[in-house]
Amino acid sequence: MLDGPLRIVFADDEENDRLLFLDALKELKIETKVYTVNDGVELIDYLTQEQQNLPHLLFLDINMPRKNGHECLKEIKANDKWKDITIAIFSTSMSENDIEETLINGANVYINKPNSFDKLKEVVHRVVTTVYTYQNMFFNKAHFMLRL
Amino acid sequence: MNSLFEIEIEEPISEHKISNLNTSLKSWSIEIVENQKTVMVQKIKDTIVEMIFTEDKLPLTTSAYLADKLGRNYAFIANLFSSVTYTTIESFIQLQKIERAKQLLVTNNFTISEIGWKLNYSSTPHFSHNFKKTTGLTPTAFLRIVNAKRKQEETLQ
Repeated sequence: MLDGPLRIVFADDEENDRLLFLDALKELKIETKVYTVNDGVELIDYLTQEQQNLPHLLFLDINMPRKNGHECLKEIKANDKWKDITIAIFSTSMSENDIEETLINGANVYINKPNSFDKLKEVVHRVVTTVYTYQNMFFNKAHFMLRL
Repeated sequence: MNSLFEIEIEEPISEHKISNLNTSLKSWSIEIVENQKTVMVQKIKDTIVEMIFTEDKLPLTTSAYLADKLGRNYAFIANLFSSVTYTTIESFIQLQKIERAKQLLVTNNFTISEIGWKLNYSSTPHFSHNFKKTTGLTPTAFLRIVNAKRKQEETLQ
């Protein structure tokens, strides 16, 4: 079973979104440890520093300055040390092509950005619970895909 | 490796002895799992995985199967499971069934309706509906993405 809390990183340049995300996690029973970063460059710096304690789960906003979500996704998946991190993408695009392309590029979860706090909470809880359950489960990680 | 073995010690054992035993076993990468609940939940999970991944067709009543294999009544099993895992046994079974469906889909040896039948869904639409409910994707879209991923990985290598 998972030893210690589920480590989560949330990357989004909007301060308000970061605060809402932290609030959404509060009522969850699963023990988590969350770190937030403001953009893709900060994210890659953080992952480079934390080689020993990499997150289990990374929430990534597509629209970020300096380095966007797509660029981060590709960089993370191309790195052997990072490619096992579960990646959940927040995007406003509902286009089936965008969704499939993001999943093909290695994202595990594709989330259409929720427009209410309740919806955000529901989505975040579902993703964290699923990832937590998968931590100790017999399954093929390459098959883990979730569209919300 | 992640296997679980049971040892019964006939006489009461001191905390000190357990701690010594734990230290000696650690060098063999063996860990003593003391918590009875955790042990039982691991057994439940193993039994579910065995039921879904090794049986050619899923038993018609999974609750009776689990109760029989684990020698406990199903309500007890289900309550214990959710008290430890923060999820219900039903959703764990559902998740594992869909993992099995994915595994069977990518082999390309079975049609979607055959897979639905193997996993006890009453009809192909019922299976596809549940697949979509769990993954957000239809079985066909899932297969298309997996194949495209494979192709992309091949070209990158």
